[in-house]
Parts: sequence; C-alpha cells; structure tokens
Amino acid sequence: MPLLLDQVKQSILVANGLQPQEIDQVMDTLLSAPLDAADIYFQSSHFESWSLEGGIVKEGSHSIEHGAGVRVVSGDKTGFAYSDRIELPILLEAANNVKAIVRQGQQARHKIETPKSWTRLYQPFNPLKSLDDQEKIDLLKRVDAETRKLDSRIEEVMVSLVAAYDNVLVANQDGSLAADIRPLVRLNVSVIMVENGRREQGSMGGGARSDYSYFLENDRALEYGREAVRQAQVNLQAEDAPAGNMTVVLGPGWPGILLHEAIGHGLEGDFNRKGTSAFSGRIGERVASDLCTVVDDGTLPGRRGSLSIDDEGTPTENTVLIENGILRGYMQDKLNARLMGVKPTGNGRRESYAHLPMPRMTNTYMLPGISDPEEIIRSVKKGLYARNFGGGQVDITSGKFVFSTSEAYLIEDGKITRPVKGATLIGNGPDVLTKVSMVGNDMQLDSGVGTCGKDGQSVPVGVGQPTLKIDGLTVGGTNV
Amino acid sequence: MQNQAEINRLKDVVQQLLDEAKHQGASAAEAAFSVDNGLSVSARLGEVETVEYHCDQGIGVTVYFGQKKGSASTNDVSPDSLKETIKAACSIARYASEDEYAGLPDPERLATEFPDLDLNHPWNIDAEQGIALAIECENAGRAYDKAISNSEGASVNSHQGTRVFGNSLGFLQGYQSSRHSLSCSVLAGNGGGMHRDYWYSVARNAANMESAQLVGQKAAQRAVARLGARSLSTRQCPVLFAPEMASGLIGALLGAISGGSLYRKASFLLDALDTQIMPDFVRIHEQPLLKGALGSASYDAEGVATQARDIVNDGILRSYVLSTYSARKLGLQTTGNAGGVHNLTVETGENDFAAMLKQLGTGLLVTELMGQGINRVTGDYSRGASGFWVENGAIQYPVQEITIAGNLKTMLRNIVAIGNDVDLRGNIRVGSILLEQMAIAGE
Ligand SMILES: [Zn+2]
Repeated sequence: MPLLLDQVKQSILVANGLQPQEIDQVMDTLLSAPLDAADIYFQSSHFESWSLEGGIVKEGSHSIEHGAGVRVVSGDKTGFAYSDRIELPILLEAANNVKAIVRQGQQARHKIETPKSWTRLYQPFNPLKSLDDQEKIDLLKRVDAETRKLDSRIEEVMVSLVAAYDNVLVANQDGSLAADIRPLVRLNVSVIMVENGRREQGSMGGGARSDYSYFLENDRALEYGREAVRQAQVNLQAEDAPAGNMTVVLGPGWPGILLHEAIGHGLEGDFNRKGTSAFSGRIGERVASDLCTVVDDGTLPGRRGSLSIDDEGTPTENTVLIENGILRGYMQDKLNARLMGVKPTGNGRRESYAHLPMPRMTNTYMLPGISDPEEIIRSVKKGLYARNFGGGQVDITSGKFVFSTSEAYLIEDGKITRPVKGATLIGNGPDVLTKVSMVGNDMQLDSGVGTCGKDGQSVPVGVGQPTLKIDGLTVGGTNV
Repeated sequence: MQNQAEINRLKDVVQQLLDEAKHQGASAAEAAFSVDNGLSVSARLGEVETVEYHCDQGIGVTVYFGQKKGSASTNDVSPDSLKETIKAACSIARYASEDEYAGLPDPERLATEFPDLDLNHPWNIDAEQGIALAIECENAGRAYDKAISNSEGASVNSHQGTRVFGNSLGFLQGYQSSRHSLSCSVLAGNGGGMHRDYWYSVARNAANMESAQLVGQKAAQRAVARLGARSLSTRQCPVLFAPEMASGLIGALLGAISGGSLYRKASFLLDALDTQIMPDFVRIHEQPLLKGALGSASYDAEGVATQARDIVNDGILRSYVLSTYSARKLGLQTTGNAGGVHNLTVETGENDFAAMLKQLGTGLLVTELMGQGINRVTGDYSRGASGFWVENGAIQYPVQEITIAGNLKTMLRNIVAIGNDVDLRGNIRVGSILLEQMAIAGE
C-alpha cells in the first residue's frame, strides 16, 4: 500500500510541481473555518479509444486530464472549487473561496495521519500500455474479420476499444491520504444485418478493471462478436411486441438493471436523507417478496463497478440493501452518512475531480434462489421472456422506472416461442419486487458494460441477477 | 460584447498547435481550445446547499498524415503538454488505416463571414446574489400550494466561455458566449402518492430568463398537477406531445437523417431524400444566425459555414444533416452540421396549446417520457410516459406508469397538427405535436 501511495503522489503531485507536504498548507487554510469535513481530491487520467467500421480502423483518440477539487462541508452545506492546475497558489485560492460557505459547524480536528488498510481489487497497471498500438489495431481487425464470417447477411460491423488509467489521491481533514490506481477497459461489437430489405442490429460488449489481455482470455472479444450476430439474427425474426400487463421472466445477468433502476437509485442516501425517495423512512419494512436479497457490492475483484476505495477514501463494502424482502440499508457517502447518523458504506463516488461526490451504486445484484430456470419458464402460461436489455431510467420520487428490452420472446404454454421487437417495460420500484414469485439458481453478473448517470455525472457500474419471474409488469409493445 | 484579447490569447495557442503538428510531420491538422468559467449555487429548504466554482479548459487536436487520422485532447495547456498531445495524435494517425474520405473540409466551404450573433452576456452575479435568487425561486415554489410537501431545491448557474478553432487551411476564428439558467424542483404529496416535477429557464442573457418567481411557481404547478396520477388500460388513442416532449420526437428524426447513421445504414430513413416523410404542411429548417439564440453559430465544428436551409418542406425530406466526412461517404456536400444542428425550427400552425388540446379531443397528453426505447435502425419506438388523460379537449386526470409505442416512420407521417406553443430552451424549436394514434400499454 505505501508503494502505491508513493507512486500516486509522484504521478499526480510531484509531476505537476506540488510537494506532498504542501497539501497541509491547503488543508490548514480550509480548517481555519469551523467546518465538519474537508477534502482535496487529486486526479490524473489517461484515456484512449480506437474504433473500426467499414473494415478499417479509421479513428483513434487519446486524452490526458488532471486536476484537483477542493471541498468543505458544514452541516448540509457544501462549498466546492476545482482547477486543472495542481499548483499551490491556485489551490490556496480555491480553499479561500470555498470556505466562505461555512458559517457554523464543528471544528474539524486535524489528526495525525493514520494509515487505513483495504484490499486491492485490481492491479495498478496502465491498460493503455498493455498492448502496443499495432496489436490493438490487429485485435479490432481480427474481431471484424471473424464476426463477418459468421453470417452472409451482415452488412456492417463496428468495433470499439477503450481504456482508462485513473490515478486518484484523496486528502481528508483528519490528515489521512488514500490513493488508488484504477484501470478500466471495454470492448464493444455491433453489427447490422439485412434480409429481404429488413434491417436489424445486434450488439454486445464487455469489460473489467483489468488490461487489454482481458479480451484475449477465452477469446472474449470474438465471443462478443458471436453474441452480437446472434442477437441481430433473433431480431430479424422478431414480431410486434405485446402491449399490456403480463407475467415477465427476466433472464440472468444484465437484466439486473431492473434492480439498479427499480430500487438501487431509490436507496441512495442523499434522496433518503432529504425524504425525496419513494423508499424514504422505510428501513425494516417489506419491499420485496421473501425470495429477494439484494446487495450493492463494491468489493468484487476486477469488476467494472468495483473500487478498492471510493472517491472519499472510504474502503468499499458489500452492503445488504434488501434481505429476504425486508429493506435493510441505504448506500452512503460521508456527508449523508453523518447527517443520518450512520456509517459511510463506501459509495461516495464522483465522475472526476471537477464534480462533487454523492452516493452512487457499485455492483448491484440479487443473490441466487433455488428454482431451475427452465422450471420458471414452464410455470408461465402466457407472458414475456426478456433476455437482454438496453438502458433504463427511474423517477425516484414516484418510484416509476423503465427499462427497454433488446432481445425478448413470447412465452406460450410454458414454452419460449417467438421473438418480439424491443419494448419498454414500466413498473413501480417499491412494489415490483413484491411480485417476484420465483428466483433462479443461475445468478450471473453482467459482462461489464454499465454506465450510470445521476445529476449529469457518469460512473461505471455493474449489475447482476438470477432468472426472475415477476407476476405482472407493463410491457410497452404495439400489439394492443 | 467580445473580449478580443482573450480570444487572441487562445488563438495564439491554437496556432502553436497547428505549427507543432506541421513540425511533427502532419500533412494537415485542426485544433480547438476552449475555456469556460462558471458559478453554480443551489438552495434547499430556504438555505444555501452548495456553492460550486467552475473553471474548465481543454484543447483538442486532429492530425492527418495523408488519409490517416488521429486525435488527442488534454486539459493541460503547458507548452510541454501541447507537444505531447500532438505527438499522441500523430502516433495514432500512423497506426490508423488509410481512409479515402478522411480530411479537412474543402477550402471553399469554410466560413468567411462572422457576424456578431449576440451570444455573450456575462452576468455579474456573485455567490451571495445567486443564493438569494435560488432561495427566492424555491420559496415561490414551496409557497405555491399547500400540497407542496418537500423540495429538491432551486439552483442558479452562470457560465461564460471562449472557444477558438483553427485548421491548417488558414482558418482561425474564435468567439465568446454565455449561458445562464435557473431551475427548481419540488415535491407534492406524501408517501406512496409523492410526485416531483421541475421547471427551468435558460438564456444567453440572464435578463431574458423567466423570473425566479415564475420558475418556482411552474415547478410547483407541475408537481401538484401530478397528484392522484393513475395508470390507463391498454388501448389505442391519439397522443399530444407537449412541446418539451415534441423536441425529442424531432430529435429522433434528426438522428435518422444524420450523416453518421446514413452511411452506416443504421437509419429507418435510408434513401428517403426527396420523398414524403411527413404530412405536407410540415416545414423544418435550420436558422443558424438567429441573434442571441442558444444554438446559433456562423461556422460548424470544422469551420464550415452554417446554412439557413430547409430540411423538410411540404413534408418532403429536402436535405440530410452532414459533416464533411459523412457527406463524402455519401457522395454529397457537407451541410455545415459537424457537431450538430443550429436552431432547428419546426414551423408552427395557428393553434395555441388550448386549441391543440381541443383538437386532441379525447386522448393522451404526454408531458414526460422515460427511457431510451427508440431503435434508430428500425424506427421502433416504445417509451415510458406520464401526462394527462383528456376528454373533449379538457384535462380529466393525471396518468403515470404507462408506455406509448409505435414506429417513427408512421408516427412522423401521422402528425395531425403542430402548435405554436414553442419551447425555446433548446436547439430544437418546436411546439406541441399531435399524433393520430399510438399504442398505450398500462394496467
Ligand atoms: Zn443509474
């Protein structure tokens, strides 16, 4: 751990001409006001993307960004300023600006640095350097060539490859310094297929907090291509989707965005402190059938949504949100945890140094149940089997949420029959899980593609679930 | 009002980038440098909640080695970093494939006239004044009705920035612009029947924004109107998109006629140029030179002159929306839309909102849409919705937890009327839109 801390001090502070002990000067300026908390978030990020279409790698881009964000908190009031120049005079000026918000508060104590410990969930390597540029191009071209071979109806293949290498350092008012090096890679394949003038699309991707070798293991990259083609093939056969309220069976894995939208956002600490969530004040109440246990777990090694420490320096946790149907807890950052009198859960996240942290999800999933997935399908007389989804959205106050299928089938007399076109599903967060009547034994996490947006800030997240049967969800097809 | 000294400072950096690209062997290059400063304050329950000082800058470069292209960006504008950034872009270009369509715009397409579009109105507001205004706005919302039960607060944002763009064909231009906004979000009702809604106002000039009072009141009015919302039974019926929602519908059309979707053949409007795609009363045109408007620009993201032109008239698709690259891929000329459209305007009919409701008769008024359920390749459309059930032109009750579905190809052809209640807060300027019929799914 000290090695990692030194490495990050070097890459962010020293490289920009700030001596590590100068952090104390900035902190002293902040702490001359009576406040509850203060932190400085230093960040240096490298990012690259490559994309292939029409059989050629026509575009690539590279970016380097760094900066520092200075925050003070007093009661429920926050002052914040940031700069892309990590230099003492600039940070001192930012500190003087933001502390003006403080009018009352506890005098935060400037304690001596106490080393915290946590488990490192990913290797601190730079994924941009894990392949040389020619190898990246070769990978994209190989995915393109192999994918095109799969079906003569393929008209276009698009492949994109991105990697981020993020160094962060959080200085807290108690004198602690927490550092993290976060790799993140993603590869995506989408295809367009044409048959008899009908045109359909399929896409698949994946990623991890790892390097590019992740896509070479088990031929993952080629597997994404096969899956994209399979989805487009299914969609070429799809008929109009049904409209109305019906039994819906959700497949395992990525359909777990149900949990992210229907309950996850509503259980973030800020909304609950303010009483604006449909779940506010409902700890201890039943919000799901007793088959449902849902956690937010930032501690899964290498997962896209995982973090060794959150963006406030708190080690991430496996937080139980719903246990056997009973609401157990919220996800917290430091500010909301303090104001609600609970412990932070390692969910304080921010898009970058230029954004304020807030409670955000990491990897949100439901634990497996006991039902055989085939038995779940067999139990449905008439309904919808939704195997894959696009994105979703929620209104955390009314609890209404949506998510849209990208691969779905009719279930007729206990059998999956015909594929149907994409449709939006809509439900009510606080009661959708009370309608879960069967939970499969096939829990899966998604392939590592999730990005969550809140207040204009995007962060990588994960989801997962076993096959689920929901007795009644509104399916927004055209077949009335 | 333009601060020429600041524009020149950025121009010098952009020129250095272009020179450095040439020095490193690039046959052509383009570069942009933008600086943005701002203040955001929010207040909740009558007290300040956050004060944020924004200060962003960034440079981006694209270099060409013949027909090979590479891009890089950074927020570090030190001389060393500029060199490194060019180096990164050049390195990518060396590895990228030859692309016969890649390259800078044809020189004769570059803008040569740069009228003052009245885009820059800095607002001398400090944190204290911003807080006072946010509190006034939120108070107006909270006091509006006894049913207002909670608040997510009100916020005031003020941003001012400078943007310079240049390329190795000798184009080097810059301008300053400002953008200010005021927003409020409040809750009505309690427990399971709790609803939230918001309102905002945005303008280049703070004096043109709606008053804090009005923004707060509209937010409250919208939240209260949702109380008692229920689902509908599954049915087919006419649907009226409120102006804020209608702009999304036009946005979906725009996506389908954009060069990137067309040359990838990922559009439900392939080969639709010069064909009827909407009823014959529809005219959609671009107005890039409107003074003080949010989407105004005399040149696009690659320096090409923007054009005031018809995209749809008499319901016929007259023009795609193209950049230099997508135009070359399609064998056409750029339309000055690299980076997007500029004040896309849908001509309105005679009807105000009340008349539109009357014309709807019995059906659904949609005031909110959720999710991304639009398939640009097939035009299939299915989204979560809330709004109001209307009978004989009068609002009956709020509805929620329903979906509306159709196919954009038919939806666009089935537009019955377009209102004159235009929402001017975005880059797409359109009033409410009435569609003959859509599929509604509910309880
Ligand atoms: Zn989310």
